[in-house]
Amino acid sequence: MALVEAEGVHVRFGDRVVLEEINLSVNEGELHGIMGPNGAGKTTFFNTLTGRVKPNRGRIRLNGEDVAGLSPHAIARKGLARSFQIMTLFNDFTAQENVMVALPAYRARGFDVRRAVAGDASFSDEANEVLASVGLAGKAGISAKLLSYGERRALEIAVALAQRPRVLCLDEPTSGLGTDGTLRLAELIGSLKGKLTIVAVEHDMRFLFSLADRISVIHWGQVVARGTPRELQENAWVKRSNLGSFG
Amino acid sequence: MTGTSSDARLITPTMIAAWLVLATVPLWISKVGLYPYIGVEILIWSIYALAFNLVLGVSGLPSFGHGAFFGIGAYAFGLTQFNVAANLWVCLIGATLAGAVAGLLVGLFIAHRRGIYFALLTIAFGQIFWTISVKSHSITGGEDGLLNIVRLPVNLGVVAFDISDNDSLYYFVLAVFAVVAVVLWRLVNSPYGRLLSAIRQSEVRTAHLGYNVWLYKLSIIVISAGFSGFAGGLFAMAQRSAFPDVMNLAQSGLVVMMTLVGGGLVSFWGPVIGVIVFLTARDVIGAMTNAWMLYFGTMFVLLVLFRPDGIAGAFKLLVERWKARGATPSLSSAPRSG
Repeated sequence: MALVEAEGVHVRFGDRVVLEEINLSVNEGELHGIMGPNGAGKTTFFNTLTGRVKPNRGRIRLNGEDVAGLSPHAIARKGLARSFQIMTLFNDFTAQENVMVALPAYRARGFDVRRAVAGDASFSDEANEVLASVGLAGKAGISAKLLSYGERRALEIAVALAQRPRVLCLDEPTSGLGTDGTLRLAELIGSLKGKLTIVAVEHDMRFLFSLADRISVIHWGQVVARGTPRELQENAWVKRSNLGSFG
Repeated sequence: MTGTSSDARLITPTMIAAWLVLATVPLWISKVGLYPYIGVEILIWSIYALAFNLVLGVSGLPSFGHGAFFGIGAYAFGLTQFNVAANLWVCLIGATLAGAVAGLLVGLFIAHRRGIYFALLTIAFGQIFWTISVKSHSITGGEDGLLNIVRLPVNLGVVAFDISDNDSLYYFVLAVFAVVAVVLWRLVNSPYGRLLSAIRQSEVRTAHLGYNVWLYKLSIIVISAGFSGFAGGLFAMAQRSAFPDVMNLAQSGLVVMMTLVGGGLVSFWGPVIGVIVFLTARDVIGAMTNAWMLYFGTMFVLLVLFRPDGIAGAFKLLVERWKARGATPSLSSAPRSG
């Protein structure tokens, strides 16, 4: 059953059409990759899916409910979490605090001014569990800005996971990572497969083809090809466009 | 915002030490060449600066028209005293509510804005309120202001205190300052306060975590404006009058300068440090030369250039370096090899 469905999504900025018509569906538990050349509209689609951009027309259904045009916070509350290509961690916070503010339990107490956060084990214990799940167990007390690049990438995912989402959207998660970092991230995302529905925009074809269940290729603001990694390797358009040069 | 054990406390050792020192001020302030009323001014401006820092330092919202809320509180205190009830608590509630309502009105228009647009709109609204205060002669007294505001007694039900002289007024304002500091300290270190800090660091990320950023920004503008109005009410009572000049752009700029000089961006107490430095400099350097703002302005420029974290930031850095030196093993204590 499709958990995420985009139907006829059209986005324009002024006179410039960025998304012509995106039709795409992601099944529950699937890892769905999105690829395409620069300027194809991948990030715009991603931003439309997560509420940063309002579509001019079309529908985006999350678990059957139309969420197109809702604000980012409303969509997040419906179970869709995202990471960012350009990392937007809270640099003045520790790794633990970054995760803590993403917890649904924390969100429920967002307007609470009666108790202090420091020393509240109900938040810190849960945050530490999430950190451990992405391999940052020993980094809880370290300021986010002092973490290595790879650790910051893992923290990005930890923050999204802390939201306990149904759908995890990853925007170029390997961006800026070296070979080792990419391998570790692939391992981490591989461990999440099946537990969550994941949508990943990615440039690293080797990474995407090794992990994704299905992939959609976006070009000229529309989905021009879709299928399993094996099917796409045989796709004439993908071969011709050189997008499938994953080795 | 790294959480510490001190953040979890309602009353910290720093607060107690500060209150004890402040309690001795009337005993020695005249002996060091300052006049007693400056203590009252420092405490009232400290409340105002702490309230202002909720938007600037905690939430990252550059409000440059905050003097409007302070001034509205001052007028509301006088008008409540003249037209509603000559009761201190009623007048202070009136001042706080007036500030908060003005904050709500402004916030509804600007809470969805960020950065320079937010800053410009706060200036615009500040000027609107200032113009209204000057032009509404029948209500505010225009440029003549509201005169004959009385320092009302502190009525605690079973006992009442007279605060018409500066020393007793000082102790009353010190008690109020202590309560406000505790309330704001808890607010800043609560889940709500940490979220405001998250919004300062990344509005986009916070929204994608499921928080209605607009509502949080609106709420802190209202709270900050309410406390600023409260401070304005105290100021009107202390000055026995309310004038439009506290609402003008230059006066709004003063609280920004105090907060930045003191280090409000890195420390809860930064604004208080800034107020003490500014008002003391005004009186000490001002006694020597009329061009005291030239010297203070120069200090402000140097701080922004070389220590943008302000005095509190510089102090923090010194403490960190001192701790780091203490943690480095000396050669004599290092184990010898061979």
